Order: sequence, then C-alpha cells, then structure tokens
Amino acid sequence: MVVISDILVQGVQMLLVLLLAPLLTGFVRKIKARLVRRQGASVFQPYRDLLRLLRKEVVLAENASWLFRVTPYVTFAAIWVAAALVPTFGTGLLFNWTADLIAIVALLGSARFFLALAGMDVGTSFGGIGSSREVMIAALAEPAMLLIVFCMALVAGSTQLSTVANFMALSHVGLRVSLGMAIIALIMVALAENARIPVDNPATHLELTMVHEAMVLEYSGRHLAMIELGAFLKLLLYISLIACVFLPWKIAMIGAGPLSYAIGAGAYVGKLALAGFLLALFETATAKMRVFRVPQFLGAALMLGLLGTLLLFVSRSF
Amino acid sequence: MSPVALQMTCVAALLGSAVLAIVLSRLGSATAVVYGATLVVSLIALIGSIRWLLGGTGGATDLTLPIGLPWLGAHFRLDALASFFLVVVNLGGASASLYGLGYGRHEHAPHRVLPFFPAFLAGMNLVVLADDAFSYLLCWEFMSLASWALVMAHHREPGNAKAGYIYLVMASFGTLALLLAFGLLAGPAGDYGFTAIRAAHHTPYATTLVLILMLLGAGSKAGLVPLHVWLPLAHPAAPSHVSALMSGVMTKVAIYGFIRVIFDLLGQPTWPASVVVLFLGGITAVMGILYAMMEKDLKRLLAYSTIENIGVIFASLGLAMAFQANGLKLAAALAFTAALFHVLNHSFFKSLLFFGAGAVLTSTGERNMEKLGGLIHRMPFTSFVVLVGCVAISALPPFNGFVSEWLMFQAVLQSPELPQWALKIMVPAVGALLALAAALAAACFVKAYGVAFLGRPRGKSAETAQEVDRFSLAAMFILAALCLLAGILPGFVIDALSPVTIEILGGRMPIQSNEPWLSIAPIAESRSSYNGLLVMVFITLSASLVVFFIHRFASRAIRSGPAWGCGFSDATPAAQYSGDSFAQPIRRVFGTMVFHARDHVDMPAPGDTRPARLRIELHDLIWEGIYQPIADAIGYSSERLNRLQFLTIRRYLSLVFATLVTLLLVLAIWS
Repeated sequence: MVVISDILVQGVQMLLVLLLAPLLTGFVRKIKARLVRRQGASVFQPYRDLLRLLRKEVVLAENASWLFRVTPYVTFAAIWVAAALVPTFGTGLLFNWTADLIAIVALLGSARFFLALAGMDVGTSFGGIGSSREVMIAALAEPAMLLIVFCMALVAGSTQLSTVANFMALSHVGLRVSLGMAIIALIMVALAENARIPVDNPATHLELTMVHEAMVLEYSGRHLAMIELGAFLKLLLYISLIACVFLPWKIAMIGAGPLSYAIGAGAYVGKLALAGFLLALFETATAKMRVFRVPQFLGAALMLGLLGTLLLFVSRSF
Repeated sequence: MSPVALQMTCVAALLGSAVLAIVLSRLGSATAVVYGATLVVSLIALIGSIRWLLGGTGGATDLTLPIGLPWLGAHFRLDALASFFLVVVNLGGASASLYGLGYGRHEHAPHRVLPFFPAFLAGMNLVVLADDAFSYLLCWEFMSLASWALVMAHHREPGNAKAGYIYLVMASFGTLALLLAFGLLAGPAGDYGFTAIRAAHHTPYATTLVLILMLLGAGSKAGLVPLHVWLPLAHPAAPSHVSALMSGVMTKVAIYGFIRVIFDLLGQPTWPASVVVLFLGGITAVMGILYAMMEKDLKRLLAYSTIENIGVIFASLGLAMAFQANGLKLAAALAFTAALFHVLNHSFFKSLLFFGAGAVLTSTGERNMEKLGGLIHRMPFTSFVVLVGCVAISALPPFNGFVSEWLMFQAVLQSPELPQWALKIMVPAVGALLALAAALAAACFVKAYGVAFLGRPRGKSAETAQEVDRFSLAAMFILAALCLLAGILPGFVIDALSPVTIEILGGRMPIQSNEPWLSIAPIAESRSSYNGLLVMVFITLSASLVVFFIHRFASRAIRSGPAWGCGFSDATPAAQYSGDSFAQPIRRVFGTMVFHARDHVDMPAPGDTRPARLRIELHDLIWEGIYQPIADAIGYSSERLNRLQFLTIRRYLSLVFATLVTLLLVLAIWS
C-alpha cells in the first residue's frame, strides 16, 4: 500500500514537471513582453506550439541517419528523468535515490552529447557551428556545476538531492559564504545551460549569433517538439534545483500527508513564478555577450565554485 | 593444479603459440591458428583469474621456477591484486585475439605481427605474476620489446620508425628507473624477492627516492605527463588490435607496477607522496584530453585520451594514498576501488574504440578524420558500437565510465577529513581538474564521432566504405555489452574488487549486493546512491512511452528533403564542419595558453582570385621545452666529440696518458 502511494507521488511529480514546464516558459515570455511594453502571446502559447509541432510531419534532411531520429527522444527522456528526480513539492520520493546530483548533471550531459552529435549528423555548417560552441560552453559549465555540487554536498554531507533539501529545510544552515558563492555560480551556470541571455538568445533565429538554435536547425515537426519540450523541462529543472536547495520553504518532507504535499505544490508554483519573473527581469535588463566572452563568464562561475569548495575544505563552518 | 600454475601454463601456451607462429607464419592459415590459440588460452586464463577473484578466500599461491638468478630462482605469485590485473590483461587479450581473427586477414606482413602478438600477451601476464624484482624486470623488458616489435611491424610507413625509436628510448629510460627503484628496495642485503622487500624496513629517504623512480619508470610506461611523448606516436603505429592492447592493457600493467611497489612493497604510504601523485594525475588528465581535442588522426586521438584516463586513475590512486596515510580506511578503499574500476572500464572502452578505429582503417584506409564522414550509413554496426564506446568514455550514464567517475567524486567529497593543509588545497583543485577533463572528454568524443561517423563523406574512401567482418564485430559487440553491464550493475564489480582492497589497504567498501534494487551506496552515512540499472530503465521506458504516444496519437509522417542551407546550400562536403573547425572554440579558450595556438588567416584582397587560407599554429610545449633541448644537447655534444674520431695515433696516446695521470691524481687526492 505504501509502495503504491509512493509510486503515485513519484508519478505525480513526473507529470507535474512535464505539464508545468511549457507554462513556465510561456510565463517568462509573457513577462518579458510586458516589460518592454508589448502585449505578448498568451502564457499558454508554448502548449499550442507544441501541439501544432506534434501534428506536423517531419521533414528529414536527405543525409540524416537513425541517430538524428533517435536523438530527440533520447535527450527528452534523459532530461525528463533528471527533472523527475529533483525534489519539487516534496523530498524523499520513491526514486530520488536512483540518481544523486552528480548523476543528474551527467544525465543532462548525456542529453547534450546526443544533441551535439545530431547537430553534426546532417553535415551542414550550421549544425557544426552550433555543436562546437555548445560543447565549448558545456566544457566550462559542467565542471563549474560539479564544483557547485561539491559545495552543496560538503555542507549537507551528501550528494543526494533529497537529503540536501531536507538538510537545508530542517537545520539552521544560516548564511554561509560558500553557499553564497555556490548560488551565484549556480545561477550563472543555469543561464548558460538553458541558453538564456547573456550567453545565448533563445528568441533569435539568426544562425550565426546563436548556439543552441543553430544546433537544432534541421529539426522539424514532432522531433522539434520533443527538443523544445526538453528545453522547457531543463529550465524548470534548474529552477527547481535552485529552489529546493536554497529556498526549501514549505517543501513536503518524507512520508508527509496529502495536505503538506498540496501546500508544497502550491509553494513550488509560487517559487517557479518568482524565479520566472526574476529571469525575465534579468534578461530584459542585460544584453547578450559575444560568444568568446562566455568562457570568461563561465570561468567566473568555475572560480566561484572552486573558491566555495576550497573554503569548505578549510573549514566546514564557512 | 594450483591457480598460479594454471596461469603459468597459460603463459607457457602463449609462448608456445609464439614459437608456432614463427614456424607457421608463411602459411595462409597461420593467422587463424595463432589468434585462435591465443583466444582459447586467454579465455582459460581469464576464467581462472575471475574464479580466483570471486572465490576470494583461497589465499595467494606461489610458484618458484629454477630459472633466473641462481640463488633466488624465479618466483611467481597469484594474489588478489595480480588476479584482478590478470582479468584486465586476459580480457583484453581475448578480445584482441577475437578481433585479430578478422582484422589479421588484412595484414600484408603477418610474419611481422603473429610471433610477437602471443609473446606480448605472455609478457604482460608474466609482469603481473612476477614475485621477485629480477623476474619482474626481465618480464617487463620482454613485454616492452615484444610491443616494440609490434610497433615496428609496419616500419616502412612514414613516422613509424621515429615512433619506434622514441618508444625504445623512453622504454629503456623507464626500465632504468625501475631497476634503480628495485635496487633501492632490495637494500644493501640485495634480497630481490618481493616477500623480503615487503618485510624489510625502508628509510624515508629511500621511500621518497623509490616513489620518484616509480613515477618515472611506471609513469613513463603508463603515459604520465610529461613522460607521455612516446605514447601517441607508438600506440597508433601498431596494428589496431595491438594498439588496443597497448592502450587498454599495457598502460594498466604499468599501473599495476606502481600499485604493487607503492601500496604493497613499500607499506604505508606517506601523505606528501600523495600530493605529488594527485598533482601529476590532475595535470595529466587535463593535458591528455586537450591534446586529444586538437588531434585529427583518429588513433592518435584515442592514444591521447588514454593519457587522460591514466591521469584520472593516478589521481584516484593519489587520493587513496592520502586517505591511507591518514588511516581513513573506508575512504581509501573507496578511492582505490574507483581507480581499479576505472582501470577495468578504460580497458573495455579503449579497446572497443581502437577496434572501431581499426575497422575504419580496414574499410577506408584512412586514419585522418578530416577525410572521413558519413560512416554511420555505410558501417552501421561499427558505428553503433563505437557510439557506445564514445558515450562510455565520456562518462555519461548509464554506461560504465560514469560509475568510476562518480565513485571518484564521492571519494573527493570525503577528503575534508584529511588533516594536512597541502591536501586540503590540492584535493579540490584536482577535483576541479578532473571535472574539467571529464567535460572536455565529452567534447572530444563528440568531435571524433561527429566528424568521422556523421555528416557527409569527405573523400572517396569514406564514400565506398564497407562493413567489417563478423569476428571484428563480435569482439566490438562483446566489449560494448561489457561497457553497459558494468555501468548498470556496478555493485557486482565493486564487490568483486573487495578482495583487492582488503589485501592492499586492509579495508573495503560496504557490501553493495545488499543494497536494494541493485544500487550502489559507497558511504553509508552520506546516503549518496546511484542506480545505473534504474536510470537506464527509466530512460528507455520514458523514451518508448513518448515515441508510442506521439506515433499513435499525433503524427508519424516523414518527408525527406534537402538540408536547410539558409539560401546557400553547401554543395561540397568540404564545406562541412571539420574536426579543426569543431575544436576551434576550445582551441581558442584553452589552446592559446596551453599550446600557444595561433590562427593565421591569409585573406586575399578583393579582386584577387587566389584562395583564402587558414593556418593553425600549435606548439607542443612539453616536447619543445623538455625533449627538444635534450635532443639538441645530445646532438651538439656528439657533434663536438665526433672530432675525437679523426686524431693521429700520437694524440690518442697522449690522451690516454693524460687520462691515466688525472686518474692517479684523483686517487692520490681522494685517499
């Protein structure tokens, strides 16, 4: 009986992230539009876009291989599994222990690996330029992310995200220099990983200035829908990650009743809205940087993560 | 028959096959006979060592042969550490033999390969089994020379003679270092048996010297930066299944030597030693993968990536030394297990990838990836298994490379317990270096796979490529399956490694097979766990679910059309992204500092019809900074000394007289 309810809660989480992800992106777009005094599309527009894409036929380049056709599903599945393992409304879900934070980072790495390969598959220059820049960004963002993980793990004594969230929610961690560095670095990495301004611009379709969009230029129809949904999910994942570690307010604990799950879910939606608003505000206020400024940006994140970890090695109380 | 006798019989059988190969080598069926024999013998040895490792309780067995030094005899011993490395050696040997059954048929000079292949296998087995310094060094040299002969198999190809020469010089240098190390270990009494060395007390001074000499000796064979220079030249020069053995297995034999001496013979390691090993490991990992990133020769890229993996293994060993020196048994076992696991993993995927490169070489005749492309359409099976290898080596779940990296990071997270300040600073820095190396490895293998196997063919040979034979494919598929199995069932591997950690460190990781759902949890208190099996099941299930729903309820229509060229469809495949252009962002970020990389663009003025050119300038600073000056100095001094050859007899006599007087003077002043 307990197992069934556990599976149920886990299933709810999987569906919840899947359903909320497009809404979050729609919300961010809406806020961005309002901030520049445009009307903006409805917050539900991403759902409509996805449905439209799903119903369309796929136009496959002549040279595309099976890898090109498999990649959208593999990347989507990897991101979805990763997103389902990050605590959102409650900690200690049934499968939380399947993969810890390092494994979640690596799952996102798997998704990116296949996407970068797919960019090379058709054999056009656009795919290549996108892939090569994407792996350059990843080569800096991933180590930065791992150092941030080290930072959190050293504070909480575990890389298990559920345990970290519990620790942050229950004990009085207080203000810590290392965690301050970690959150700044994490936000920087999240911006880079989700191809947001100032690293990349998700709204452009001018191939030479962009990274992620150039890589997936050849995709259409349901394949594109999967990749878009994966990107939405990834944004949600990073926000959930930041929320569950640094803002575990009202998150439901292991074995809590349905009521606290509901409260947790409500709080979670609130956190998403807040983060989405801040993201839109930030994106409106800054400009995109040149591609070769990105290494410096991410290098700063890497150094912050390293500094935070070093401080924790010096003393656990930093 | 005792386990060690079984292993020695297998070695004898391998040596017998080498002799047989000399006799048969001109016959047409020699390839099949020799590789078939090595396959069977390796499999027997493999099963024997696995049984020993899993049985685990038999205790070490000895064997003394009445050869070698007259007062010592040749000692051989099978213990847990040796049997683990025998698994690595013989698994590599068996898969290379299976691959050789197909690949060897294309060999145009089989008599240059066949006799040395079993001898090389026998040499590696013997190094692992040897139990006294004399046999160890003898077998080590035997292994080196057999592999050198295989490197020189195609000695007329450009570059191979130079590769063989540099390899010979570096191998001799390494053996010299080992010789001195064992001399120090044997002490003034000169007892070369490992049992005696283990029992003897070693002064701190001697211990430090032995560590330095082992880093030089074993490190040069394994490919530690800056002693790696021979490796990317020699490994690719050999036939591909031998490259796989050299990269996947022989480097591991060097690591075995390092572990045997530093952890076993010297006794308790000291913490300053671990700082050195950690530092070298971290630097080696990053430098190796950066070199690989810049490379366009497929096999050399793989050889450089071997250097990266060796760095990862040495860094884990350094961590294990640090923990062991401070008495943190559990953490030491964790780091040591991570190192051994990575040894095993690397032997799987590196052999697989070298086999893949060999398959590409067989069917296209090309090692330069800038002339390949589109092989996924023409060599579907090879492309599939190479993809598995690339994912595994990039440390991505659910494959095996990720598990060992994960264990290593868990070990890094245990290190704030270490009391020394140097380690407190060094460990996070090395952790960052390893994370960087892992991320760069993924980038590097996106490049290798994307350029060689995806896209459009860049040359005639890539257009007409054919799938390779069944033996080669079978060998690759078996290794790919092992990569997946070790990735989804890591608990079994960790448990199988526990006899080794108990023997070497006196501690072990918690038993993993008791964990629910086959997940692994290295440190009970931290509750960090990973379950590769469930990750794979979840990904497969959710991907299939999505595919099913979309195809059932949305759309399954597909139309084929030309690729979108943004108004300018690139007609020629040469306009695709090449390996060099793919590496350009990373070259610009890291290469400007590490390789002094410069791009020289020669753009003709408007109206000028000559083609624009881009030249990339890269400097191998280690070669130019260390090896070139040494070579120059030797060249310069030999040039000067050359004059001595053309003197008259009177001058020679006066030189002899002067030398005699000087020596007598020295003697007089000395005493």
